[in-house]
Amino acid sequence: MFENIQKKFSLAFKNLSGKGKISEKNIKDAVKEVKLSLLEADVNYKVVKNFIDSVKEKALGEKVLESLTPDQEFIRILKNELIELMGGKEPEKLVISRNPGYIMLVGLQGSGKTTSAAKLAKMYKEKGKKPLLVAADTYRPAAIDQLITLGTQIDVPVFSGDKVNARKIVKEAKNYAEKMLHDIVIIDTAGRLHIDDDMMKELEDIKNYIKPEEILMVVDSMMGQDAVRTAKDFNDRLELNGFIVTKLDGDSRGGVIISIRHVTGKPIKLAGTGEKIVALEPFYADRYAGRILGMGDVLSLIEKV
Amino acid sequence: MGIFDKFKKGLEKARNTFFGSIKTIFAGKTLDDETLEELEEILVMSDMGVEVTQKILKELKEFYKKSDDSDPLILLRDIMEENLTNEPINLNPTKKPYVILVVGVNGNGKTTTIAKLANQYIKNGKSVVLAAGDTFRAAAIEQLKHWGEKIGAEVIAHEHGSDAAAVAFDAVKHAKAKGKDVVLIDTAGRLHNKSNLMEELKKIKRVVQKELPEGIDETLLILDGTTGQNGIVQAKAFKETVDITGIVITKLDGTAKGGIAFAIDHDLNIPIRMIGVGEKEDDLQPFVPHEYCDALLGLEE
Ligand SMILES: Nc1nc2c(ncn2[C@@H]2O[C@H](COP(=O)(O)OP(=O)(O)OP(=O)(O)O)[C@@H](O)[C@H]2O)c(=O)[nH]1
Ligand SMILES: Nc1nc2c(ncn2[C@@H]2O[C@H](COP(=O)(O)OP(=O)(O)OP(=O)(O)O)[C@@H](O)[C@H]2O)c(=O)[nH]1
Ligand SMILES: [Mg+2]
Ligand SMILES: [Mg+2]
Repeated sequence: MFENIQKKFSLAFKNLSGKGKISEKNIKDAVKEVKLSLLEADVNYKVVKNFIDSVKEKALGEKVLESLTPDQEFIRILKNELIELMGGKEPEKLVISRNPGYIMLVGLQGSGKTTSAAKLAKMYKEKGKKPLLVAADTYRPAAIDQLITLGTQIDVPVFSGDKVNARKIVKEAKNYAEKMLHDIVIIDTAGRLHIDDDMMKELEDIKNYIKPEEILMVVDSMMGQDAVRTAKDFNDRLELNGFIVTKLDGDSRGGVIISIRHVTGKPIKLAGTGEKIVALEPFYADRYAGRILGMGDVLSLIEKV
Repeated sequence: MGIFDKFKKGLEKARNTFFGSIKTIFAGKTLDDETLEELEEILVMSDMGVEVTQKILKELKEFYKKSDDSDPLILLRDIMEENLTNEPINLNPTKKPYVILVVGVNGNGKTTTIAKLANQYIKNGKSVVLAAGDTFRAAAIEQLKHWGEKIGAEVIAHEHGSDAAAVAFDAVKHAKAKGKDVVLIDTAGRLHNKSNLMEELKKIKRVVQKELPEGIDETLLILDGTTGQNGIVQAKAFKETVDITGIVITKLDGTAKGGIAFAIDHDLNIPIRMIGVGEKEDDLQPFVPHEYCDALLGLEE
């Protein structure tokens, strides 16, 4: 699939070279290919339209840098726009200033919340912090066991209270964390659908009680068109601070990154890149731009200019 | 309650804000460019993929020309339905033990689907053995044991970290010795691009064959209904490795539409057997193309 797209791209850009300016006509094919490529990468249909319009606007009439051919110039603009849309070149950090600071993970079922909670705890522990994990998933069978097992592996305590009432567990966890002098508290919550009102209400209640500094939605990188809707609903109800995009060790093109970023305006803060507890990285937008476009080689060529 | 009510409910919520009602958008419309573009939007937004969308719209145009004054939306539904095969899973196997292997990428609903399937077999009067073949993920064994207890299925499990194929072997051997009807083998979630993990699945198949020469009867690929185009890559890779015989699409109780089903059926010819519409043991439904397409397009009977 990848080579195919690259071939199409080089075809599309052939008719651009040797001309001084980018015009509506000579980017028509290229625009079409970009659109297709983004859709194949699972970028949301509506987001693609907006994105293409803004890139076209920027590119039209643009003089072509001397060192580049017009097709490369177009890709350069495209890539920069893409990185811009994805949140710029510098990864966004988690901001924790209170003591203890609270981080809450939310998201759909199976997206990777529990695993990411353990990864975050490990990350903070390695920075010399004293994290506490809170098991507030009282629904999924063995969810608490899962977090306890992971906590044991990284030697981070797990608070699970009465194991029945998520609101109560979080309240008690606060007292516990203060008493035991934990400086970072990471709350794992049950997976839920954005249209499940009672379950969303539970998150709102937990949020209002604990006032986390970071509410992160955990999103599976293989997600398709519906990502826009789920991210929007979670953000509308909880005012997210950002996202963790998981399973990036797979081979999905990851168009979801653009979709959720575009619809919420919130940054992707971290990338999950494996099942192991160390597989959590800062999110570098420029690394994923090429992957989404499916034209890594072409992009790295321009990088050298 | 119709069997697709949960799926419809989610989609209705999605439509109210996204399109308004599809029926009213298209009421009295002819198949002009604008209508086609709107239909394209609906299909692509269902994760059907651009290629299959174009194919279906092309067919629609052809049929529309031939059949005067038909409703484009009904025509579309019929064409979509034509593009899906309907082959239900065998819920009353006579062969004993009937062995089902369940595979797929991480977190898409394998273990829960096994519980749901086991529940259906038990309701049909079958005795069920569950094999805890996910020996990798934290508390995966506990999760399966919990389900086994809840629905009344026996669970064969080894230690965390042990060989998955050995668990499958023991479960099949046990079922054979005790005259059990059905064996469901859970496996750890694995991304299809990790060849060492994919090899492990082959080993499970081989080892089961040692005990039962006819081997595994059904190899189900679980696919998360929210998955985009990567679903095709997943299905391809798993098909090549372990010869998938059917697919279950999960999490269709949300607002995702599972349009990837079309692309997979189209490209790979693997039937969709069931859909998952919730987290409880009863939330598993047979896949009925007609009802599915109706629900996806917001059509009522
Ligand atoms: N390959 C890969 N697998 C991951 C990653 N993150 C999580 N997983 C796997 O995805 C599956 C689901 O992860 P969980 O952490 O249990 O997901 P969850 O969101 O807590 O799930 P629920 O609590 O059921 O909603 C597990 O098999 C994890 O090992 C990742 O970055 N890469
Ligand atoms: N809403 C909804 N949630 C589901 C459905 N099927 C499974 N889930 C949820 O999805 C999450 C993951 O399900 P599991 O059965 O643990 O998935 P898995 O594929 O076994 O996960 P790994 O073993 O970690 O790869 C759990 O929270 C389930 O409750 C479904 O049809 N609808
Ligand atoms: Mg969890
Ligand atoms: Mg599982």
